Parts: sequence; structure tokens; C-alpha cells
Amino acid sequence: MDSALLVHRLHFAFTVTFHYLFPQLTMGLAPLIVVLKTLALRHNNPRYDEAARFWAKIFGINFVLGVVTGIPMEFQFGTNWSHFSRYAGGVIGQTLAMEGVFSFFLESAFLGLFLYGAKRLSPRAHWWSAMAVCIGAWLSGFFIVATDAWMQHPVGFAPSPRGGLQLASFWELMLNPWAWWQYAHTMCGAVVTGAFVMVSTGAFYLLWGKWTEHAKLFVKVGVIAGVLASVVQLYPTGDGQGRLVALDQPVTLAAMEALFTGQPGAPLVILGQPNVQEKKIDNPLVVPEMLSFLTYKRWHAHIDGLDAFPKDQWPDNIPLLYYSYHIMVGLGTIFIAEMLLAGLLLWNGSLYRARWMLWILMLSLPFPYIANTAGWMTAELGRQPWLVYGLMRTADGYSKLVSAANGWFTLLGFFGIYTLLGILFLFMLRRTIEQGPEGEVSHPSLTAEALTGEGN
Amino acid sequence: MGTIWFCIVAVMLAAYVVLDGFDLGAGIIYLVVAKTSADRQRIHKAIGPVWDGNEVWLLAAGGTLYFAFPQLYASGFSGFYLPLMIVLWLLMLRAIGLEFGHHIENPVWQGFLDVVFSVSSILLAIFFGAALGNVIRGVPLNQDGYFFLALWTNFKVSALPGILDWYTIMAGVVALVTLTVHGALYIAVKTEAELSLRARAVAVVLWPLQFFLTCSSLAATYFIRPQLMNNYENHPIGLLIPLLVFASLGVMIWAGPKGKEKLAFVASGTYITAMLVGAVFALYPVVLPSSGDPANSLTIANSLAGEHGLRVGLVWWSLGMTLAVGYFVFLYRMFRGKVRLEEPGY
Repeated sequence: MDSALLVHRLHFAFTVTFHYLFPQLTMGLAPLIVVLKTLALRHNNPRYDEAARFWAKIFGINFVLGVVTGIPMEFQFGTNWSHFSRYAGGVIGQTLAMEGVFSFFLESAFLGLFLYGAKRLSPRAHWWSAMAVCIGAWLSGFFIVATDAWMQHPVGFAPSPRGGLQLASFWELMLNPWAWWQYAHTMCGAVVTGAFVMVSTGAFYLLWGKWTEHAKLFVKVGVIAGVLASVVQLYPTGDGQGRLVALDQPVTLAAMEALFTGQPGAPLVILGQPNVQEKKIDNPLVVPEMLSFLTYKRWHAHIDGLDAFPKDQWPDNIPLLYYSYHIMVGLGTIFIAEMLLAGLLLWNGSLYRARWMLWILMLSLPFPYIANTAGWMTAELGRQPWLVYGLMRTADGYSKLVSAANGWFTLLGFFGIYTLLGILFLFMLRRTIEQGPEGEVSHPSLTAEALTGEGN
Repeated sequence: MGTIWFCIVAVMLAAYVVLDGFDLGAGIIYLVVAKTSADRQRIHKAIGPVWDGNEVWLLAAGGTLYFAFPQLYASGFSGFYLPLMIVLWLLMLRAIGLEFGHHIENPVWQGFLDVVFSVSSILLAIFFGAALGNVIRGVPLNQDGYFFLALWTNFKVSALPGILDWYTIMAGVVALVTLTVHGALYIAVKTEAELSLRARAVAVVLWPLQFFLTCSSLAATYFIRPQLMNNYENHPIGLLIPLLVFASLGVMIWAGPKGKEKLAFVASGTYITAMLVGAVFALYPVVLPSSGDPANSLTIANSLAGEHGLRVGLVWWSLGMTLAVGYFVFLYRMFRGKVRLEEPGY
């Protein structure tokens, strides 16, 4: 890989991976906050409002980080991937511009009202401001996923007389089946993160013995959401997504599973290291015929291996793709088991006292982030060597006049500034969690903080 | 169709400069006018609820530019690679300085973050001005419509310039002074008593400089690109724009000292808009001029997206922006009036 291509890929990969740590939580928390606000409207118990306010604070911090790390994403389409933008901008400009016009204004305006408007707005209007933030966050997710889905499975385009592509059908772009399956799977993954973060915080308070009434609410809401989301994540959304890959990107499927040779009754590899040189799996642990069944619902169905495709169509980093996919699926399976167990304990009323389970839930916090990241890596590495599947190769899309040295210069700059952001983020998060959900924050600069701080 | 989208993008960018311009201006004067911790809180309170929404205009304008003129976005963003990355870092630093300052009780760190906030605001204003200067001066576009600019070469305006040369630095200084006055007037409107007077005094001190810079930047522009006068010669109605520039400058200078800060602030916004509209009017139909062979210039015609997409876009853009303007009117109404620290919460 020539070094400019490598650095431009790393540049986008690094900044987008860091960025997506924040939106996955805001998109996942937003509906849970709406649930808490709804409970607050229905029941006359201040606990629900306090809980909603606490999570709004966490949301606010993540939202700011999401915004400031999101701006570079939009810029990089032009700065680092200008040949791609010139080629495809006539189509994906639609979804990217719609995100700005429809979701950013909605989110930013109503987040201000939601965070600072509790006293000026009626409870019902305040509920609506939470709802508006939630809708904005989920719309934003749709437009971005639709953009990615178009790169995975381009539809609704025609060649443009000026070179490159132009939009031929707006509705084909919007109704791309990849967009809807990917969207369902992505948003569901975000809810998994939101649920785990809420449960984990609740478990921490219960183990600590502080704010236990709020903590029980967090655990309850989080476990219920977590059971639903982790199951839906596997079926139907993960399954539907997987079948699209099998249909439209069969070589990607073969690489994800490291299936070097096509065969009927293909096995599912649980563990093992793909050995690309010798075209086999080292130390394999497999379930026979399972891959055929999962893909086609028939035990003996034939699955194409990598040998069915010319080598220049293979994803260029098969081991990393294979591991990303297996980490995603493995963690997803563990989440289902963990959340079902927690749900069972919740149902028979012993969860809040089961300290071993609370410990497990609390320490699970990082894993949904890893699973979501691994999922995106699977999608993006699996698309290689294409930038727009079947139409434009990644090697043709980057900015040819931006040298590797300039790319490294700014990538190193991002390493630095994102380290700083990460430290500040953890610092703020710790402070907010240790202050707890109860009542107003009570320190001297209360006024200023309530008015300017907390994120927006 | 191209002209419509040209105007739309120009309006969105102007909205960004006018709106986020006062946030930047408030940041620029922050260390000078805020003498006490209460003053600092008042300034934070004046821009706190709105700055993020204002910054969204930059994103939305960028997205719309990408949508309507993908070729321009691709060329411009990759060619201005280094300054844009620096702008991104400055935007992040400003957000850190503005938002994290009050979460840290320690006065040492608070003071540090205040400086981060103010310095990044100053540099952003200069960079934005220099960016506009680059677009007016032109860039060394090749036949494929791409270019790459170093941050500086020899500071001369030539066929192979850098991002920074004497002309673009001058544009940066114009932007700095203009946004300082703009932000100072905003703070004068939004606050009371001494802080308001101090902010107004900043604007009053800078007016002669602003007037001088306006005249000399117009002269310099004519000097480096005389062909920019063509549109004005062919359509003399365009001369109303520079008239508006000087009229609004006059109103600012007249209204400010009389305590009519609101009027002066509106005039400042008009001045900024008129300056931008004047530049855009002169460039039309070029969107990014070539500093070498004029045939390489990017124009509306050669950088526009496809017809179908643009027509669909007009539908959703009108719908989306009507909603967005609605939110903004609502937001600014909720937070209208002078800021008061004793009022708990908004």
C-alpha cells in the first residue's frame, strides 16, 4: 500500500473510531431518557425527574464531544478524500447535507432548551424538548448510515456528464435496503451501549451503597432495554444484515469467516487464527455445517470461499476483518446471555442484592463500545478494496495532492488533541458520576454552571 | 439552478459569520473586558446557550456546499488542507475552553482555559478572514481542478502564493477587527453596567481602525484583482452593496456612543453581510478563481452537482431550513434580554 493511501486511511479510521465512542452513547441514551421523562410525567415521584436530569448531564458531555469530533468527519470528505468526493458527492451530498439541515439544528437548539429550560418550560414542553433531541439524534444516525450503506451497495445513481456520478433517484437512495438493515443494526447497537452504561452506573451505586433508589431505577430500565436490544441485535437485525452481505458481497462473507475454500455444509469458526499464506485456519474450533445453516437456513448449502474470487477482489486485511467480526459476534452473544440472566434475577426480585451479578454488570461497561467498534470495522474492512462497492477502489479515492507527510502531520495532531479530549472527558464523567443523581449540583458556581456548563 | 444554490450557500455562510462571529468576538475581547469572575460568568452566559447552535451553521453550510458543488468542496478542502485542519483544532480548543472552564474549580486551570478560549477565538477570526482572502485572490488550480497550498511561501501575491501572503493577512486582520467590534457590541447589548460600557468602549476605540481597514482592503482587492470590478461595471446596481457597507459603518459609529447598542449591533451584522455579499457578487459566476490560467477557475457551471439531485434538494432544503429558522427564533426568544447572574437557570 503506498504510504499516502495508508495515512489517509488511518486518518479517517482513527478520527471516526474516536468519534463514534460518543454518538453511540447519545443515540442509545436518548430513548432511555425519553422513557425516564415519560415515567416522570406519569408518576408524581421526583426520582424520575432527577434520574432524567442526571442522564441528561451525561448526555450533554457526550454530545459536545460528539459534535467537536464530528466536524472533522465532514471536513475529511473534502480534505483527505477529495477524489472520492468529486466522484460520489453528487449522490451522497444529499444525505450529508440533509443531516446538517434536518438533525443538527434540531439537536443543538433543543438540547439547549432541554438542559437549561427545565424551569422555563412546562413539564410537557420539557418532555417534548427531550423527544426532539432524541429524534434529532436518530435522524442524524440515519443520514450517516444511509451514506455508508450507499458506499456498501450503491443505488439510485447515474453517470454525470461532468464526470463522476449524479443522483438518478432520490427514493432509491433513501430506500436502499442496506440503509435500513444497517440502520436498524447500528441503532440497536447504540441502545445496547446506552443500556449497559445505565446498568453499569446503577450497579456501581448499588455496590457503593449510595443513591440506591435511583440506582435501582437505572438497573431496571437498563436491563429491560438491554434484554430487548441485545436480542434484536442478533435477530432480526444482525441476521438481516448478514444475509445482505452474503447476497451482495459474497467475497466479504468468505473473508469475515476466513473460509478459504468453498464447500457445501461450511463450518462456523468459533476460534482460530486465519493463516492467509497457507489458506487455512490455525488452531480451529468449529461447529460443522453451521455457517451454511446460518446463511441459507439449509445445513448443506454451498458457500463460496475466497477461492471463488480473484485475489484483487479480496478485502486487503483479512485477519483484522476476521477478528473484528468474531469479536462483534462473540461479545453480542455474551451480551444476550448476560442480559437475560440479569433480567431473570430482576424478575424474581433478587438482582439488587446479587452482588456478583452487579459486579459483572458494572465491569461490562467497556464491552459494548468494543463490540460497536468491531462491528463498524467489520463493515468498513469488509468493503475493501472498494471505497464505493464495485465502482471505485479505495486507492483511487484519496486526495492525490495531499502528501503522506502532510497527512502524518495532521494525524499526529489529532492523536494529541484527542488524547487531551479523552482525558478531559473521563475527568468530567467521573465527576458527574461521583456527584450522583440527587437534587441540584451544590457548589459555589452553581449559577454559572447551570447556565453555561453541562455540555451544550 | 446553479445560481440559486450559489446564493443559498452564500447566505448560509453569511449566517454563520454573523452568528458565530459574535461568539468569536466575545472570545476575543474576553480577557480584556472581563475584570471579575462575575464578568466572566456573564460573558459565558451570554453566549453559552447559543454558540453551539451558531456553529451548526458552519456544518450545515459545509454540507450544503458538498451537496451542491461537490467539485468545489473536493478541490477547496483538499487544497486548503493545512489551514482547515488547524481550524478544526482551534474549534475544538475553543469548545474546550468555553465548556470545560466552569467544571474545574481550581483558579489556575480556570485561568488557563480562559486563555485557551480567547486565543483560539482570535486565531479563528484571523484564519476565517485569511480563508476569504484566499478565495478572492485565487489559488493555483491545475487542469484537473485541484491545487495544494503551503501555509506560506514568500508572502507575495503571485501565481504560486501561500495561504498567508500580505493580502490574506490583511483580510485576516480585517476579520479580526470586524468580529471584535461585532462581539463587543453583542456583549454590550447582552450585559449591563460596567461590563457593557467596557465592551462598548472596545468597539468605539476600534471604529477608526475598522473604517481605515475597510477602505484599504477594498483598494488592495482592486489592486490584486482588478477584474473583480467587471460585475460592478456591467451591473451598476451592485454598487449599492459597497454603499451599504459604508452606510452600516456610519450607523455603527453614530449609534454606538449614544448608547444605542442594539442598533449598532444590527448595523455591524449588516456590515459583515454586505462585505461578504460584495465579495460574492464580484466573484460570480466563479466559485474559486485560479491564480494562474483563468481557464482553470472553478465556476458554477463546472462544479455543480446533477440536476435531479439539486431539484429534489430544493424541496427538502426549504422544508428543513424553515424548521431550523423556527427553532432559532424560539431559542433566541427563550434566552432574550440582558443576562443576569442572580436568575437561577434559564
